[in-house]
Amino acid sequence: MMRRENALMLAGWIVLALLPLWLPYVGGYTALGTKVLIYGMGVMALNLLLGFAGGLSFGHAAYFGLGAYGAGMTLKYLAPSTPLALLVGTLAGGIAATVFGPLVMRRRGIYFAMITIAIGQLLYFVAVRWNNVTGGEDGLAGFERQPLHFPGWVFDIRNETKYFYVVLACFTVAVILMRMLLASPLGHTWVAIRENRRRAQFLGVRVDLYVWAAFAISATFMALAGALNALLFNFTSPQDLHWILSGDFVIMIVLGGMRNFWGPLLGALIYIFAQDYLSSVTDNWMTFIGLLFVAIVLLFPRGILGLLRRRGRAAA
Amino acid sequence: MSLLRLDSVSRHFGKLQAVQDVSFAMDAGELRAIIGPNGAGKTTFFNLITGFVPPTSGDVWFDGESIRDKPVVYRVRKGIVRTFQITEVFPDLSVYENVRFGVETAQGVNGRPWLPRDKRTAIARRTDELIEVVGLAAKADRVVSELAHGDQRVVEIAVALTMNPRLLLLDEPTAGMGDAETDHMVNLIRRLHSERGLSILFIEHDMQIVFGIAQKITVLDRGRLLAEGTPAEVSANEAVRAAYLGEEAKA
Repeated sequence: MMRRENALMLAGWIVLALLPLWLPYVGGYTALGTKVLIYGMGVMALNLLLGFAGGLSFGHAAYFGLGAYGAGMTLKYLAPSTPLALLVGTLAGGIAATVFGPLVMRRRGIYFAMITIAIGQLLYFVAVRWNNVTGGEDGLAGFERQPLHFPGWVFDIRNETKYFYVVLACFTVAVILMRMLLASPLGHTWVAIRENRRRAQFLGVRVDLYVWAAFAISATFMALAGALNALLFNFTSPQDLHWILSGDFVIMIVLGGMRNFWGPLLGALIYIFAQDYLSSVTDNWMTFIGLLFVAIVLLFPRGILGLLRRRGRAAA
Repeated sequence: MSLLRLDSVSRHFGKLQAVQDVSFAMDAGELRAIIGPNGAGKTTFFNLITGFVPPTSGDVWFDGESIRDKPVVYRVRKGIVRTFQITEVFPDLSVYENVRFGVETAQGVNGRPWLPRDKRTAIARRTDELIEVVGLAAKADRVVSELAHGDQRVVEIAVALTMNPRLLLLDEPTAGMGDAETDHMVNLIRRLHSERGLSILFIEHDMQIVFGIAQKITVLDRGRLLAEGTPAEVSANEAVRAAYLGEEAKA
C-alpha cells in the first residue's frame, strides 16, 4: 500500500518535472504551471491549519502578500539577491503570523475566521496607504528576480523555464517538510485538536499552543509561496493581501478536498486553469467556479480527491 | 494510607446542593462502585475528584497530597484519569490513531515535529500493547466513528490507559450497550483490576454489574452519602432499600 503510494508520488513528480515539455501541447504555458505549483504549495500549507488542525483562516492572503512584498522590497531596496528575497519574504510572513498567533489561537470557528480576516485587512490597508514604499494601489514594481550564483555556475532564472525549476525545488522541499510534520507527534496533535478539542485538552494537551504553531508554520509556507509568486511576475499588489484572495485559497482547498494532503494542490490546479481558460472566454468565469464549488460542497463535501479516495484520511 | 480521600466535600450550583458534606476514602487496588438514583450527585462527585469543578468547601486528597486547587491536567499527570458519560473519542481517526495520540501525550512528545526511530518504535509498541489489552487488535485500523457504540467506549478506556492511570474513573461504562457489549466491558473492567492491579471507581446504574464486580459500593442520594460497604452490607441496608424503593431493590 505504502509502496504503491510512493510509486504514484514519484510518477507525479516526474510528470511535474517534465511539465515545461508537455504543457504547451495541452494549451498551457510554463508560467501557468509555475503558478499552479506556487498556489498549490500555499494552499497545501493553509490546509495544515484548515484541514488538519481545524482552524478556518480567512486571512491567509496576508501572509502570501507579506511574502510577496518582503521579497519584492528586498530586491528593490536592499540587495539584488533572489535567495535573500525569498528568505526575507518567508520570514516576514512567518514572523508576522507568530506575532499575531496569540490573538488567533484561542478563537474557534467563526471567531477564528473573523480575527484572521481582520488581521489580513489591516495589512492590506497598510500596503495601500504606505504608497511611497509599497507603491500603494498600483502595486510594487521595479524589481526583477536575479540569476542564482553557484560556485563556477550561474543559473539565470530570469528565463521562465529555469524559474519553474526553482519553484519546483521549493515546492518539493516544502511538501516533504509538510508531510514530515503531519507524520510527527505535532501533526497527530493537530488532527486530534480538530477531531475533539475538549478531549485533547482533558488529556493535558496545551491546545492553544499547537494551534498557534499550526498557524505560524502554515503562514510561513504561505509566505514562501507569496515570495515565489512576486518573483514570478516581478510584481505584487495589495490584491495579494486582500481577503478575496484568502477566500480563493479556501475555495481551492474545498474544491480539491481538505481532508487530504494532496487535495488542495488539485484544487489549485482546477482553479488556476479554469481562471486562465475561462477568463479568455468570459469575464464571468467566477460564475463557473462558483457553480462547481456549490456542486462540490453539496455533493462531495470531502472534495474531488476525497471522492476519488473514498476515505481521504490523514497523510500519516 | 488511602489513595483517594475526600474530607467533607460540598458543591453547590446556585441553590442546588449537588454534593453535600461527603467524606470518602478509597484504597489503592480497590474496585469501587458509586451508585445512587438520578440526581444523586454522582457525576458531580466525579467532577470534584477529577478537577472539572472545584469544591465549594472541603478538601480532596490524592496519594497524600491535597489536590483541591489543582487543575484537571495536573491530576491527569498524577494518574487520575476518567472517561465520560458521553463518549469522548477522536471520531474520524482509527483506533490506532486514537490510542497513539494518548501514548504520545503521556510521553510528553506532542509538540515534536520529528522523533528518532527508536522513540517512534517505542510509541508504536506501546500503542499496539494497549489495543491488545482492551481486545481491539482486530479493529485497530478501523475508523472509530464507524465502530459499534460498545467498541467506542472501549477505545475511550484504551486512551485513558495510555495516561498510565493510578485511579481510573469510569462514568457509566456500560450505558446504552447491548448484552454482549456489556459482558465485554464488564470483563475488561474486571481484568484491568485483577491483572493490572488498577484502582477503579465507576458509576453504574445496572445493579447486576455493580453487585457482580464491585468490592465495595458507595451510595449517594440527593448529594449526601447514604451508605457504604460491601455488596452484602449495602443490599441489606434499610436506607438504601428506601432510596431505591420500587426500583432495583426488588431485582
